[in-house]
Amino acid sequence: MIEVKDLHKSFGDVRAVNGVSFTARDGEITGLLGPNGAGKTTTLRMLYTLMTPDTGQVLVDGLDASADPSAVRRRLGVLPDARGLYKRLTASENIDYFGRLHGMPEALLRERREALIDALDMRDIATRRTEGFSQGQRVKTGIARALVHDPRNVLLDEPTNGLDVMATRAMRRFMGQLRDEGRCVLFSSHIMQEVAALCDRIVVIAHGRVVADAPPAALLAQTGETTLEDAFVKIIGTDEGLAA
Amino acid sequence: MNAFSAVYWKEVRENLRDRRTLINALITGPLLGPVMFITLMNVIVNRELAKTDQPLSVPVIGAALAPNLVAAMKSASIDAAPGIDDPEIAVREQRTDVVVRISPDYAKAWEKGQAVQVELIFDSSRRDAAAPVSRVRSLVEGYGRREGAMRLIARGLSPTTAWPVQVAYRDQATSQSRSALMFSFLPYFFVLTVFLGGMYLAIDLTAGERERQSLEPLFVNPVPRWQILAGKLGAICTFSLVSLLLSMAAFATAPWFIPTEKIGIALDLGWRFASQVVLLMLPLIVLLAALQSLVSAFAKSYREAQTYLSILMIVPVLPSALLSVVAIRAEPWMYAVPLLGQNLGIVQLLRGDGMAGWQIALCLGGGLVAAVLAVWGTALMYRSERLAISG
Repeated sequence: MIEVKDLHKSFGDVRAVNGVSFTARDGEITGLLGPNGAGKTTTLRMLYTLMTPDTGQVLVDGLDASADPSAVRRRLGVLPDARGLYKRLTASENIDYFGRLHGMPEALLRERREALIDALDMRDIATRRTEGFSQGQRVKTGIARALVHDPRNVLLDEPTNGLDVMATRAMRRFMGQLRDEGRCVLFSSHIMQEVAALCDRIVVIAHGRVVADAPPAALLAQTGETTLEDAFVKIIGTDEGLAA
Repeated sequence: MNAFSAVYWKEVRENLRDRRTLINALITGPLLGPVMFITLMNVIVNRELAKTDQPLSVPVIGAALAPNLVAAMKSASIDAAPGIDDPEIAVREQRTDVVVRISPDYAKAWEKGQAVQVELIFDSSRRDAAAPVSRVRSLVEGYGRREGAMRLIARGLSPTTAWPVQVAYRDQATSQSRSALMFSFLPYFFVLTVFLGGMYLAIDLTAGERERQSLEPLFVNPVPRWQILAGKLGAICTFSLVSLLLSMAAFATAPWFIPTEKIGIALDLGWRFASQVVLLMLPLIVLLAALQSLVSAFAKSYREAQTYLSILMIVPVLPSALLSVVAIRAEPWMYAVPLLGQNLGIVQLLRGDGMAGWQIALCLGGGLVAAVLAVWGTALMYRSERLAISG
C-alpha cells in the first residue's frame, strides 16, 4: 500500500507538484492520469525516493520514505521514466544485476528470473545482448529487473509508452496478473483507454494537484459525461496539453 | 553478493565487452608511452652519435691563408669546405651549422708572431647545431693553445707561464644520472597511461550511464549511492592499474631497443624500479579515477565528458614540463604534492639514487589525502538529486 500525503516539489520558480495526496491499495490497480507536464513523473520520483519532497510525506506499507529510503525501495518495484538498459549485457544479466543489488541469494535470484522470463514471454531474448532491442523488448526487460526481488508494490511510469498493440495488450494482461497476486500496482499514463480498461481507481493530476480521485464509474457519474475522455477534459478544465 | 562487488563485477564484465575501452586500457594506454619513448630515444641517440663520430664539413673562408689550421681540422675529421659569400645569411637560413672565417691578414700576422683572428659564425639558439659548433670551437681553441705553447718553448719559456690556472673537469654524473636528464619526461607517460586506462570507463560509468538513462533505475535499488560509487571507482582503478602494469612491462623491454651503451648511459627499468613506480602511482590511480568520475558527472553527455577529460588530461603534464624546463631543487614539501611528488620520485629512481623512506611516505601520504578528498567530492556529487535525472 502506498499513501501519499500533501506532496510539494518546486524546481526554482516552477511548482511541479503542488499538494498531491492519494492512496494506492493492495490488490488494486491505481492509475495516475494527467496531461504531459502535470507532475506525474515528479510525483513518482518522490515515491521511489529519487527526489525528496519539499514538504509532505510518502508511506509505503506504513514506512516513511524520508526516514528509511532503503527499506522503502526494497518494497518497491519500479519501472522509471528512464528505462535504459546495459546494452553490452544480455537481458538475463541485466535482471541479475538488479537482483544482486537487492542482495538476493543466487539460487532465489535464478528462480525468480526464470519465472519472470516466462511470465513476460521473453524466453527468446533472454540470452541476447540488449543492444538493438525493440521498445517492447526493452520494457519487458525493464519490468523483469524491477520485479526480480518480488516487491509488494509496483510503480510503472507510462509502461505502454511506445509499445505496439500486441505488446500493449500483453502489458495490460501482466498488470492484471500483478493485481491478482495481491500487489499494489500504481502506474501513470496519459492514455484514456488504457486507464479505463485497467484501473480500479483513477487519480487525475493537473497543474501539480489532484483534481479527481475515484473509480472510473464514479468519475463518469461525477461529471455527467458518457466517455472517460470527456470526463477527463471536463475535470482538468481544458483540453490543452492533452495527448492521445 | 554485496552491493559493492555486484557493481564492481558488472562494470568489469560489461567493459571487457567494449572494444573501445579495451583498446584504450590494454593497448593504446600502456603502449603509447613505451613506443613514443623508444622512438624519441632512438632519434636523439642516433643524432648525437652522428654528430660526434661522423666527418663534419665546414665552410672555411680564406682556407688558403691558414693551411696548418686546415690540416689540424682535417686530422679531427672536420673537412674544410669551400668558403661561401654570405656566411651570416647561410647560418640564419640554416643552410649550414657553422662557418669559419679566417681574417685576410692571418698569414702576415702569423709570420710576425702576432695574435690572429678566426671567426666562428653560428646561431646559438639552434640546438641541433650546438654539437658541430662546439666541435669546431674546441678544435680551433686547442690549435691556438698548442701553437702558443710552441712559441713559448721556442723562446725558452715554460707553457705554464701563460696559463697559470688549469681547469680540470671532474663530472660527477653517473651514467644513470646522465640518462635521467634525458628521461625526465618519463613520469608523464606513466600518469598518462593511468589516465587513459581508466578514462573511457569513468565516462561510461557516469556520463554514459546518465546518457543511456540507466542511472535512474540503478539508483532505485536499495543500495546507498556511495556503495555504487565505490564499486564503479573500484572498476576504474582496476582498469588503470592493469594499464599501468602492462606499461611497466613494456618499458622493461625498452633498453633492448635503445642503443644506450653507445652514449654511455645506463637504463635500469627492471622489476625493482617497476614495483616502486607502481607503489608511488597507487594514490594517483584512485585520485585520477575519482577526478575523472567527478568531471564526467558534471557532463550531460558522453561527448561532453570526453571534452572535459581531454582538458583535464593536460593537468598532469604541468609538473613534468615544469621540471624539464626549470631546474628546481627538490624541497621536502614538494614530495607531498600529488603528481609533482611522483615526478620527482620517479626521476630520482631513474637516476639510480633511490628514494628515502620519508620521501616515499610523503609521496604516498600527499597522494592519499588528495585521493580521499576527490572521492569525498565525488560522493557528494553522487548524492545530488539532479545526477540521476537524464532529461
